[in-house]
Amino acid sequence: MTKKCYVARSSEIAARKLGREMMIMSGRDSTLYTLNDVATVIWEAADGSTSLDEIVESKICPQFEVQPCMALQDAETLVEGLASHGILLISNEPILPPVLLRQEAR
Amino acid sequence: MRELTASIDSPATPGHNRHELVIEIGKIPVRVRTANLAFLQMLENRYAGFVGAGRSAAYEFEVDLEPLDEARVEDDLSVLRRSGRWSLERGDFRAEWDPASNRGSIRQSANPYSIDSVLRIVHTLELAREGSFLVHAASAVRNGRAFLFAGVSGAGKTTISRLAPKDAVLLTDEVSYVRRHEDGYCAFGTPFAGELAKSGENINAPIAALYLLAKGPENRIEPVGPAEASRALLESILFFARDPELVKSVFQAACEFICRVPVYRLTFVPDAGVWEMIA
Repeated sequence: MTKKCYVARSSEIAARKLGREMMIMSGRDSTLYTLNDVATVIWEAADGSTSLDEIVESKICPQFEVQPCMALQDAETLVEGLASHGILLISNEPILPPVLLRQEAR
Repeated sequence: MRELTASIDSPATPGHNRHELVIEIGKIPVRVRTANLAFLQMLENRYAGFVGAGRSAAYEFEVDLEPLDEARVEDDLSVLRRSGRWSLERGDFRAEWDPASNRGSIRQSANPYSIDSVLRIVHTLELAREGSFLVHAASAVRNGRAFLFAGVSGAGKTTISRLAPKDAVLLTDEVSYVRRHEDGYCAFGTPFAGELAKSGENINAPIAALYLLAKGPENRIEPVGPAEASRALLESILFFARDPELVKSVFQAACEFICRVPVYRLTFVPDAGVWEMIA
């Protein structure tokens, strides 16, 4: 990814943090996912308006003591994986609430 | 045996003599009507203890019997909402109902297993809307509190049911009925039996604990973390519909249950001593 990347939580899932683990279930196929600590931080920060590099810089690097460049690469791989399961939405533009609302209306 | 009632002038079946029965599980009455009295008597025997006398019912089904279609008998279960109506299909039955009126129909051969499956599915859909669920678990009431024992086939649900002491009342050895209420959760007896082939008692009690069963060399109880508990519970919950909103509701219901009810892993040897740890 070279452009800015924005991420938002899909409305087609249900999520719940139990203990330290984020549990996510896909409404489409009932698959259950458990996010690790890093993925949970990204998930919680994925508001559609904060770019992924900002999330990495402000949340991931301070908490996990990793270099921004490496952390961003890992984060990009992670969000692509989550998006492929329909858990996250990815866009090069901020993902505004109407987009999420349209998705909910489908 | 309670006398079956015949509603000769049923508006759904003008000119036909239909017989009816109300099967009430978890305080949700389901009325079934059929022209076949022998079939209805079979149901009355099978659901003995759960046959209600009330005139009102949450659901009403007209059951029409037809020969089993051998070509379709292996067809998998499908539970879908089509054009606003629920459609349930498997090789041995077809059912549908209108969720607005909660009235519908079932077509099946004259066997008790098909309608038993339909009832389970109907209850899972009803319960999903209120944060409740059916779960593969044995359950029993002791000292006024209900205990659930969840596990896959072979984990020991029937074994622990057989080992229950005389002061424990068995709710089921196979499918537990869990309903949420203001202060917590209640377990209800069900006629959904496993290897014991015996209905549970039609009573209910607040749930004190959920035990995840495992057979082992000694009796041991260990607490289970919330994430592991929710995974185990979700694996055991019965839910069949491909409906994203209800799937999400079931997930939230399981998580909520885990947050309110203590969950333990119960490793046990098959002897009655295990019940000394459960009270």
